Amino acid sequence: MLVNQFLILGAVLFCIGVYGVLARRNGVLVLMSIELILNAVNINLIALGALQGPEAAVTGQVFSLFVITIAAAEVGVGLAIVLLIYRNRTTVDLDEVDLMKG
Amino acid sequence: MDGLDDIALTAAVFLPLVGVLAMMFTPRQHEADHKVMALIATLATFGVGVYLLLRFDYARADALQFDVDASWIEVINSRYILGVDGISLPLLVLSMFVCVLVVVYSWNHFPEPHNPKAFLILILILETGMNGTFVAQDLILFFVFFEVVLLPMYFMIGVWGGEQRQYAAIKFFLFTLFGSALMILSFLALFFQGGQTFAIAELVAVASDNIPRSTQILIFGGLFMGFAIKVPMFPFHTWLPDAHTQAPTQGSVILAAILLKLGTYGFVRIAIPILPEAAQAWAPWIGGLAVIGIIYGALGCLAQSDMKRLIAFSSVAHMGYVMLGIATLTDFGINAAVFGMVAHGLITGMLFFVAGSVKDRFHTLELSRLGGLLIQSPRMGWILGFCAMASLGLPGLAGFWGEFPVILAAYNPAEGLSVGLFRGYMVVAAVGTVFAAGYLLWMFQRAAFGTPKEEFADTPIPGMHWPEYVAWTPMLVLIVVLGLFPNLLFGLTDGAVGTALAAFGGGGN
Amino acid sequence: MLENIWVVPGLTFASFWLILFFGKRLPKGGAEIGIAAVGLAFVLSSVAVVEWNDRPATEEVEAVSTGEHGEAEAHGSEPDAHEEAEDEHSFGEVRALAVDLAAAEAGEGEAGEHEAEPIRSAVERNLTWFSFGGVDITVGTAVDGLTVILLFTVTLISLLVHVFSTNYMHGDVRFTYFFAALSLFTTGMLLLVVSSSLLQALFGWELMGLCSFMLIGHWWEKKPNSDAAMKAFLTTRTGDIGLLVGLVIMFFAAGQTFDIAAVNEAALTGAMGETVLLVGASALFVGVIGKSAQFPLHTWLPDAMAGPTPVSALIHAATMVVAGVYLVARLYGVFWSAFDIEAGGVNPIAVIGGITVLIAAALAFVQTDIKKVLAYSTVSQLGYMVMALGVGAWTAAIFHLFTHAFFKGLLFLGAGSVSHAVHSFEMRDDMGGLRKFMPTTFVTFMIGSLALAGVFPLAGFWSKDEILLGAAENGYRLFEVVGLIGAFMTAAYMTRCVYLTFFGSYRGHGHPHESPPPITVPLIILAVFSVGAGLLNAPGFEKFFELTENRVFLLAGIEHHSFEIVPAVVSSVVVLAALALGGLLFFAGRLPRGVTARSRAARAGYRLLANKYYLDHLYTGVVVGSIKGPIARAAYWANQKVIDGVVNGVGVASTRAGLWVYRHIDQRVVDGAVNGAGFGAEGFGGILRTIQTGRVQQYGALLFGATAVLALGLVIFV
Repeated sequence: MLVNQFLILGAVLFCIGVYGVLARRNGVLVLMSIELILNAVNINLIALGALQGPEAAVTGQVFSLFVITIAAAEVGVGLAIVLLIYRNRTTVDLDEVDLMKG
Repeated sequence: MDGLDDIALTAAVFLPLVGVLAMMFTPRQHEADHKVMALIATLATFGVGVYLLLRFDYARADALQFDVDASWIEVINSRYILGVDGISLPLLVLSMFVCVLVVVYSWNHFPEPHNPKAFLILILILETGMNGTFVAQDLILFFVFFEVVLLPMYFMIGVWGGEQRQYAAIKFFLFTLFGSALMILSFLALFFQGGQTFAIAELVAVASDNIPRSTQILIFGGLFMGFAIKVPMFPFHTWLPDAHTQAPTQGSVILAAILLKLGTYGFVRIAIPILPEAAQAWAPWIGGLAVIGIIYGALGCLAQSDMKRLIAFSSVAHMGYVMLGIATLTDFGINAAVFGMVAHGLITGMLFFVAGSVKDRFHTLELSRLGGLLIQSPRMGWILGFCAMASLGLPGLAGFWGEFPVILAAYNPAEGLSVGLFRGYMVVAAVGTVFAAGYLLWMFQRAAFGTPKEEFADTPIPGMHWPEYVAWTPMLVLIVVLGLFPNLLFGLTDGAVGTALAAFGGGGN
Repeated sequence: MLENIWVVPGLTFASFWLILFFGKRLPKGGAEIGIAAVGLAFVLSSVAVVEWNDRPATEEVEAVSTGEHGEAEAHGSEPDAHEEAEDEHSFGEVRALAVDLAAAEAGEGEAGEHEAEPIRSAVERNLTWFSFGGVDITVGTAVDGLTVILLFTVTLISLLVHVFSTNYMHGDVRFTYFFAALSLFTTGMLLLVVSSSLLQALFGWELMGLCSFMLIGHWWEKKPNSDAAMKAFLTTRTGDIGLLVGLVIMFFAAGQTFDIAAVNEAALTGAMGETVLLVGASALFVGVIGKSAQFPLHTWLPDAMAGPTPVSALIHAATMVVAGVYLVARLYGVFWSAFDIEAGGVNPIAVIGGITVLIAAALAFVQTDIKKVLAYSTVSQLGYMVMALGVGAWTAAIFHLFTHAFFKGLLFLGAGSVSHAVHSFEMRDDMGGLRKFMPTTFVTFMIGSLALAGVFPLAGFWSKDEILLGAAENGYRLFEVVGLIGAFMTAAYMTRCVYLTFFGSYRGHGHPHESPPPITVPLIILAVFSVGAGLLNAPGFEKFFELTENRVFLLAGIEHHSFEIVPAVVSSVVVLAALALGGLLFFAGRLPRGVTARSRAARAGYRLLANKYYLDHLYTGVVVGSIKGPIARAAYWANQKVIDGVVNGVGVASTRAGLWVYRHIDQRVVDGAVNGAGFGAEGFGGILRTIQTGRVQQYGALLFGATAVLALGLVIFV
């Protein structure tokens, strides 16, 4: 069915995003990977909402609009943090940022 | 019985405490007031004793009289039961009597660190405990009074005692407490196994039926430890010489005259009537320890160089006779034992009085330093001789009736006991009389005969004071009177002893 | 008087208390009370003797024939009659009736052998003293011939001793106490003599022990005196172990009674088992050995000479030591059947008595102290009495007791008189030739010595002779020989004693003089009795036998032997030979000098005697020494180290255990648990912090991993 392809796309995007979050050291790239994960979720929301009928489709689309909005804000805050880290430590390598170590 | 009879025993027990109360509110500087108050309290108590003697129904000396039975601790079914019979009455009156004399003697004999207020208060508390023990007819009540005695004596030794008072006091306290712990265990066992009651009379009726023989023997063991330590029997006697040697004179007198009797009284009142079968099983052992005590105490005496310690060891020997009498489980034996308790109380009490007065004058009781007492203070010397004679069991004085009938009884112990064994005990006990003569006369010879040693030859030795006369005369008279008219006591105890031995068919003679 | 005989000891007892409390305030220091009381007691005793003499002989007693059970059974009913009649004064007659019936039933066949003789019945009076264990213990008096004779003797001697002492003890520091003690001493003996029960007799017995302690140690400032007093008391007390045990055995064997008559009756009728009887009698006899100074417990008596001389006279003549003899005589039924005295041959009583006779007489030869000679002589004579009882010569024994009291009292008071003059008791150093200075003392002392030696017709002759005769007739030939040897030795050592004291030349200091009347009058009175007392039992008269014959005597069937001429001659010859030998040795100066230097055997013998057979070494050194020394010390060591050690050990161990518990358990485990909780939390945190790397990606990885695991779990399990 049609939904499957969407879901598969979402899953692939999610996986790429997770990989990016876990494996990349560059903070900017991690933020971008998070965007990928969020977009994977958006695709899933819209696909599954369409599957449930017109009412649910609208709900799914509204949800994803929220997610896009929040993702934008999140990237704004995230990039600001990365920028500050860079300013303080002249690097955006996340391995170096372990000030929260217990 | 009128109302007075009902409260008589309660008064006998608690009157001294009233005196204590009054004394507590008097400043301690008013020494004369304290003496008078203590004297009044003990005299009033003794007055109750006289009242009891007058009102006592001698025809039924075997039954409890002046009995009181009120509820006390209901949770554990322990009741406030008091009563006296022919066994406890003489001991009760003896206790009251001795306390009066001790207070009189104290008039000008307060040991260091002085403080008459505290000292007299302790004596009064002691009296409450002792009187209570002799009249209590409920195990818990008995136990409470039995323990009340401990503390004042502990302080008396620990505060007013000699050089090693701390050691002696703690030894006394711990030893006795150890026995008490086992005793209370046995009391509890009696309660749970014997019918959920602490009343002695009820336990006598039911305990031996309810409890299997092997358990009885165990319970008796606990009681034995509690009482034997108090007596004290060989080999639990070692607290006694220390306590006696270190205690102030008054403490020694009370200890010898009354406290030791609490143990033997416990055997006669509680252990034997409640658990007759166990008593029979234990009797040969008790008898054996008793005769060992007789010889052993005598040998201990011969090794002493201190007069007071010697007298203390003689107590071990004398209480051996008492315990042998009890161990025979016969009328003869237990009558003699009760007589022996009273006689020993009077005689050994007197000996300690004299020893105390000697120490007051010479500041030592080392026999090697004493001598010639008869020259320096003839009356005291003769009194010492008289007491020594009484103590070695001279016929005609009270001590004889605690000794000879015991030997008599041991010839023919109660049914079920080994006749041969007890006859062996009899011979040993008879040999003990020679030993007693030996160490007492030896002591007398060294203290009173001869001439004063150089160090005291020029020391003026004051004669006897009036408190000494007042305190000693009644005891000396009683020693003679009881010696000549033993029926005064045997008449009282005989019936009650028969009751105590009811389980043996009224005594096996 | 016979029923109220308790007055006699009562008087002296009252006198004791009066002297004690008021004596010092009286002009004569209490002596007058003592003399008055004892004098009155003497008068009353004399009245008792007369009354007893006038008492009609109403009781007929048939001998129990030992070995025939039929008769024993017939007599078995007697105790019942006895009890029923106990409260009646005349119960002797009732009992006599019962015996008559029994005799009529059982005695027919043997009527010819033992004739039923009438005797005076004993006068008894009893009160219940106390009762316990369902048994009434009585006190009371029982008076028969033996009692009245002894009452008479004791009060007479005591009276004379009192009179003697007023002068002899004059100026003594404790004059009043001395008289008080004399009164009490007399009371003790009188109480023993009148007792109807053994327990009461024990009172008198021990009272004498006490008084002997007080009087022997009268001059207690000197240690040897108080040592002697203690030795006397402890030695007799050692014998009393036996007495106590014997008393107890008799009490039960006789059916729970201390009544002397009942005990005798039970012993004679076979109501007691043989073993019990034998053990009981042996135990009692041990008491007698102690009190009557028999071998081997005789050592205290010579030491007792440390007391004032009048006391020695009283102890030796009338009280204390004869108490033992009296007890055997009183309980003769028991000893008679226990040791089967009738059978003859050998028995313990006779053997002990015989040994005592010889060893004591031998010791008397080596003494230089006049009182010690007399002391050993007393021991020897007591041995005579005990031996007499052992050979069945009952009458002879108490007759000897009776006569001996007079001449031994005389000799002691005479010695006192001598020492009064020369202030010493040493015969060798301070005496000699005194017959010129002290004629009265000399004459009376001579009479006493001859009486003791047994010279016809003085008192000692008759009583000694009767003993020898009894031994011979009852089948105790051996002891007759012992008696003869004893008589020989007695005569010889008395010759020596008299010679050293009164003959030769005076060796002391100063000028001895005759004593004043308070001393000589008692001597004269005693001398009269020493001469005449023996005639009481002279042949054909035999008043003494008639007076003392009692129920036990007849029940047991004891034979009484009248005077016979042949043995009397034999013994007289022996005594005269001894006197002659003594005279030869001492008076004629033929004493062989240097025997001990020449002969080793003689030297050894002398040393043995001088050391008193080493018995004192054994007792004082070995027995007393070891008990008082090593044994007592060992026991005390055990007490302090072992028993107290255990106690202290328990104390120390519990303290240590407490410390250990505190250190290891309390401080480590309990407190450790509390602390451990903290440490544990900290450590766990330390482990956990390693997870907290601070790396966001690691957190994310964990997050995802965990979510994956949870998702997986969700898939699988739900």
